[in-house]
Amino acid sequence: MTPEQATSSAAPRGAQRPPRLRELAIVPAHNEEGSVASVVRELRAEEPGFEIVVIDDGSTDRTAAIAEAEGVEVIRLPFNLGIGGAVQTGYQYARDNGFDVAVQVDGDGQHDPREIGRLLEPLLEGRADMVVGTRFATGGGYRGTRLRRVGIHLFAAIVSLLVRARVTDTTSGFRAANRKTISLFAIDYPHDYPEVEATVLAVRHGLRMVEVPVQMRVRETGSSSITALRSVYYMVKVLLALFIGLFRRYSTPLEEP
Amino acid sequence: MTPLRISIAAAIAAVILLLVILELIRSRRLQERYALLWLLTGLVIFVLAIWRGLLGRLSDLVGIAYPPSALFVLAAFFVLLVLLHYSTVISKLSDQNRILAQRLALLEQQLERSREDSRDL
Repeated sequence: MTPEQATSSAAPRGAQRPPRLRELAIVPAHNEEGSVASVVRELRAEEPGFEIVVIDDGSTDRTAAIAEAEGVEVIRLPFNLGIGGAVQTGYQYARDNGFDVAVQVDGDGQHDPREIGRLLEPLLEGRADMVVGTRFATGGGYRGTRLRRVGIHLFAAIVSLLVRARVTDTTSGFRAANRKTISLFAIDYPHDYPEVEATVLAVRHGLRMVEVPVQMRVRETGSSSITALRSVYYMVKVLLALFIGLFRRYSTPLEEP
Repeated sequence: MTPLRISIAAAIAAVILLLVILELIRSRRLQERYALLWLLTGLVIFVLAIWRGLLGRLSDLVGIAYPPSALFVLAAFFVLLVLLHYSTVISKLSDQNRILAQRLALLEQQLERSREDSRDL
């Protein structure tokens, strides 16, 4: 496909590794004109090796123009697809352009680029195919509505049961993925509120998931997309999806050549 | 009181409806978000079919003399809700479809122009 793939597969095992992995930061942004520029600048400062792609999820404000002015790749979706569709577009971009590693960083600034190094560790050591940054192992730092917190813990309990490992924060969108996970998510990624389902999906496809404690920040601008009534819809919908998922057959994604 | 045979028939119909919906979701022919209202419909019919006392009280409350009619009215009401929901979904889809067509046409025109430009060079 791409020259990168050709060279990495041709190299003998253990001999000269490719000089540097190609790393991509996927920044989904929906009406984040107040924060997207600082997210991009911080990413550049902390992780200069990363290429950055901003997925403008049908914003009605100047998000896309501001991101373009920062000189990063911007993909403008013609209308709002929701976070699931936006993030999947990023994974498709990563797959099509031969990236080895993709990290999701929210355009609202709640994910601290300084934590990316820690997120990448298990991937680079080959211990994991997907790494999730969790808020809870650090103890504190996260505040939210009570309903939201109850939901997060409920999902954590259910998902822990489903993947047979302790999972503390299933709703975190701060994630790193290797090629296997990128190719899975590029073809199959949940709609609407994807994080919980994506975790189960990846594990049931035989991918290894590792949680890493990270510090998260309070949103810089804008408001969370999840309101009280939506929380109820969110919980019912995700619970239904998890339940149905139990009855689906999964195959492991294609091995890298 | 609702005749027993009606209750049994309605309960079986509701269970079949629920199973069909779940299978459609499993085989990915129906997305969860469009299935929720259908599932609610199936559940309500099922509960009222087996909980005959509740159906009797409900029909008393609104003045329906024959309880199975209340079941029928309720089912019709939910079908109405599902239809209304689909009308909003169709509206959204046709909007998005228009936007896609416009973006595609503009892209084609851009591509054509840049092809002509590179020929001229």
